[in-house]
Amino acid sequence: MVRAVGRSSEILAVEGVSVSLSGREILHDVSFRVEGGEFIGLIGSNGAGKTTLLRVILGLVEPTSGQVLIAGKARSRRNPLIGYVPQKIGLDPDMPIRARDLVGLGLDGHRFGVPRPSARRNALIDEMLEAVDATRFAEDRVGNLSGGEQQRIMIAHALISRPRLLLLDEPLANLDIRSEQEVVALVARITAEQQVAVLISAHDMNPLLPVMDRVVYVAAGRVASGTTEEVVSTETLSQLYGHHVDVIHVNDRVLVVAGRENDVHHSVEPNSPRWSA
Amino acid sequence: MMLLSISSSVFEPGFFSSAPVHVALIVGAVVSVVSGVVGTFTVVRGQSFAGHSLADIGTAGGSAAYLIGITPLYGFLAMNLMAAGVMELIGIRRPRGRDLATGIVLGAALGLAALFLYLDTTSSSTTGATVNVLFGSIFTLPPGMVPVIAVLSLVAVGFMLVLYRPLILSSLSPDLAAARGVSVRPIGIGFLVALAIAVSLSAITIGAILSTALLIGPAAIALRLTKRTGHAIVTAAIVGIAATWLGILLAYDSYYWMPSNRAWPVSFIVVTLIFVFYLVVDLAVGRRARPRRSPMVPETG
Repeated sequence: MVRAVGRSSEILAVEGVSVSLSGREILHDVSFRVEGGEFIGLIGSNGAGKTTLLRVILGLVEPTSGQVLIAGKARSRRNPLIGYVPQKIGLDPDMPIRARDLVGLGLDGHRFGVPRPSARRNALIDEMLEAVDATRFAEDRVGNLSGGEQQRIMIAHALISRPRLLLLDEPLANLDIRSEQEVVALVARITAEQQVAVLISAHDMNPLLPVMDRVVYVAAGRVASGTTEEVVSTETLSQLYGHHVDVIHVNDRVLVVAGRENDVHHSVEPNSPRWSA
Repeated sequence: MMLLSISSSVFEPGFFSSAPVHVALIVGAVVSVVSGVVGTFTVVRGQSFAGHSLADIGTAGGSAAYLIGITPLYGFLAMNLMAAGVMELIGIRRPRGRDLATGIVLGAALGLAALFLYLDTTSSSTTGATVNVLFGSIFTLPPGMVPVIAVLSLVAVGFMLVLYRPLILSSLSPDLAAARGVSVRPIGIGFLVALAIAVSLSAITIGAILSTALLIGPAAIALRLTKRTGHAIVTAAIVGIAATWLGILLAYDSYYWMPSNRAWPVSFIVVTLIFVFYLVVDLAVGRRARPRRSPMVPETG
C-alpha cells in the first residue's frame, strides 16, 4: 500500500537516543525518522526495547543521550501532535464508563473539572465513533467490550484530538486473528483518511506486512530501519542481533529464526539500510 | 387515622423531636454523599483495599484522641492523612508496591490501635471509648461538630469534582494520562487526601471497623445499576442516604423492640441494610448485566 498523502514533512526524528534504566542499557544509539502520513511498524521481540522507545518519544522516559524531535521541535510533555494507545488499560467490567465517555476523554480528559456536554463535543464524539465503526457499542461499558472493540475505542480516543502521529503499543497482542486483521485494516484506513503517521509496535510483523511503508526493527536495544525488503533480510538482521539469524519466506509470511551458533555469516554489508548502531 | 397509627408504629415516640436524631440525620446524609463520591472513585481506581486499610489505621488516631481528650474526628483525620502520606511515599512507582505499602503501614497502625484502646479502657475503667471508636458515635455527636463535618465534606467533594477527569484518565492508564500532560502523582495524592477525609467521616458515623461498608457498599451497588461515572456517584450517594436514614430510624425504634429496652447499634443496621440492598440489586440485575465474554485467545504478552 502506498500512502502518498501528506508525506511532505518529517513528523518524528529520533536522533542517537540511548536509554539506561537502573544501570542497564535498554536502548543504544537509536536513530530513525518518520515522515508525515507514513505507516511504520516497530518490530521486535518482547523485551527488545519497543515500549521504552515509545515512552521516550512520549516524554515519559528521559534518554541518557540523544534527542527526540516532534515536527522539528524538541519534544515536550503533552504534545498535542501525538496520539497514544497504551498496551494495557485498566478496564474492569464494573467501570462506570461507556465507550463514548472514553472517546470524549480523548478531547478533554487532561482538564480539571467534570465534563460539560455540548452539542459540539457530542458531534465530535459521534463522528469519531462512526469513523472507527464503533457506533453500535458506543453506549456499552468499555469494560464489557471485546479486546478488538476496546482497541477501536482507544484508537478513537487517541485520534479525536487530531494528532499528526499515532503511537500504538502492541495493539495486536491478545487479539484473535480476525480482530487482529480488523484492527490493522482500521488503523491503516483511518490514518490514511486523516493523514496521520503511525508508529505501531508488534512482536509479529506479519499482520502489518500489507500496510507497512517502512519497518523499524528493534533487537537488543539497537534498531535498523528501512523498507521491509532492506531490513528484514538475513544479512541485516544477523548484523542487528549480533549472531546469525535466518529470514524465511513462507506463503507471503516472514519468519525470523535463530541460526546455528557456528554458522556465522560473512557477507554482511553494514551500509545497506540505514543503521543506527 | 389508619395512616396515623402506621406512622406512629414506624416512627416511635420522640423520633422527630430528638436533637441527637436531627444531628444524626444531617451527619448521616452529608457523610453518605461524601462516601458516594469518593467511594465510586475508590472502586474505579481499584483502591478498595487502601480505603479499608485507612479505616483500620484510623482506629489508632481515634483511640489516641480519646486518650488525650480531643474530639475523635481530629484523631481519625490526622492518622488517616498521615497514613495516606506514608502509603504514597512507600508505594511510588511500583504497581504492586501500593499493596505492599498499605500492608506494612496497616500492621504497624493496628498495633498502636490495640495499645491505645487498651489504655482507653484501663484508664477509665469503661468501654465507652472503645465502643465509640469501633462502632461510631452518630447519636452522641455534639451539634457543634456539624459545621466541621460540613466543611470537611465540602473539601473532599470539591477535590473529587476538580480532579474528576484526570483521575479517571490516570486510573485507566497512568502512562496515557502522563502522556496527555496529567501530573499523575499529585492527582493520586489529591485522591488519597479525599479518601482519608471520607474514611474519617465514615468512621465517626458508623465506626472505624465498618466505615468501609459505607464507602464501598453504595458505590458497588451503583456500579451494578449505572454505566456512567456521574450517574454512579449520584446513585451511590442516594443509596448511602437511604441506608443511613433507615438505619437511624430502625436503631431508634429498636429500643422498643425488646423487653430489655436496649437499642441495637446503628452501624450494624446500616451495614446490614447496605448488604441487603446489594443482594436485592445483584439478584434483580445480575442475570442481564453479566459481562459479555470476549473470545478466549492464548496469552501472548
